[in-house]
Amino acid sequence: MIALLLRDLRLAVRAGGGFGLGLAFFLIVTVMVPLAVGPQPALLASIAPGVLWLGALLACLLSLDRLLALDWEDGSLDLLATAPLPLEAVVTIKALAHWITTGLPLVLAAPALGVLLNLPGPGYLWLVISLAAGTPALSVIGTFGAALTVGLKRGGLLLSLLVLPLYVPTLIFGAEVARRGAVGMDTATPLLMLVGISAGALALLPFASAAVLRVNLR
Amino acid sequence: MDLTVSDLTIARGGVPVLAGLGFVLEPGHALILRGPNGIGKTTLLRTIAGLQPPVSGRVTGAEDRIAYAAHADGIKPTLSVAENLRFWARVFGAGGIQPALEAFDLTGLSGRPAGSLSAGQKRRLGLARLLVTGRPVWVLDEPTVSLDTRAVAMFADAIRAHLAWGGSALIATHIDLGLEAEVLDVSPFRADLAQAAGADAFDEAFG
Repeated sequence: MIALLLRDLRLAVRAGGGFGLGLAFFLIVTVMVPLAVGPQPALLASIAPGVLWLGALLACLLSLDRLLALDWEDGSLDLLATAPLPLEAVVTIKALAHWITTGLPLVLAAPALGVLLNLPGPGYLWLVISLAAGTPALSVIGTFGAALTVGLKRGGLLLSLLVLPLYVPTLIFGAEVARRGAVGMDTATPLLMLVGISAGALALLPFASAAVLRVNLR
Repeated sequence: MDLTVSDLTIARGGVPVLAGLGFVLEPGHALILRGPNGIGKTTLLRTIAGLQPPVSGRVTGAEDRIAYAAHADGIKPTLSVAENLRFWARVFGAGGIQPALEAFDLTGLSGRPAGSLSAGQKRRLGLARLLVTGRPVWVLDEPTVSLDTRAVAMFADAIRAHLAWGGSALIATHIDLGLEAEVLDVSPFRADLAQAAGADAFDEAFG
């Protein structure tokens, strides 16, 4: 399992691996929002948590179509399916590698981008906490979507359409944690819901992803 | 332990292609599958490898014992030859990669990115993967595609060594590898397409 994780991380940082692509997209989206909205610090401060969350979510989506498709194209997925690793472990490791290469950099970069959007002082901590708690769910749900569309020509667009609605609960509670944190309100309820969604997705979706993958490999 | 296939019916895209197929593959033996294009050799091998379920019949002795190699070699172009091979060795928890590199004359290429290899060299890397799996039953789908005669001889030697070690091999190929192997022509097991287009396929589509 560690071998698969190391291979995916190595592939991500090698040429054409797409590491940093999501991060750069996140950066550009958040830089463009103030340009579009105009120089209104009060307005930016109030929309900052939502914009940062939406940017992170779209950045996560960007690299999903490569998650399993590349392995499917070069035959690795067939070989992994006949390997001693259970497919449930394969998809979990894939999701973990996706989180490390996409989700984690977003979590770490978000405070710097919060400055661009005039995020109020107390919001930084809660923004990082909410992204750290929510992005694993984005990776796991995304892996499920990637498993559903693996093998389809131009499956990337379909993948986005399938996955975005599934991201809605994570977005609602994640952005709510960041928003409440920014205005100094109690964040316990949305944070618990967010952690619950992540934990539930992590516990259940690998089984669904593996089952779908078995059907798609036939 | 034998690989036993009994009364197997397999389907591709919901249409049965081979029916009533059976054979026994003992350790130390190789079985060559022959038959015209589209008869279902690849489907048969995928079924035996466990990638798709049979329509009916049984495959025993295959669980966690199969090393499968198909048209695609599962090679990552940005990893080096040695990194590709080491990955599969670690996934299968088998030994070192040096014997596999030597068996397919890849030692000199081990530091090269796999993306810069020629088609034949990639194939050799794909076949070297079989050696690092440590699995006893090799299931090979057209393994000699894009290999030159020297590489084919290397491959035949690797199979002989594998059989001598007590492994077995099930190979779909059209060229003569010079192996002492039984040949199974799958043409007589062709499923009756007329019948398939009738009741069965209809039931499957709407059942």
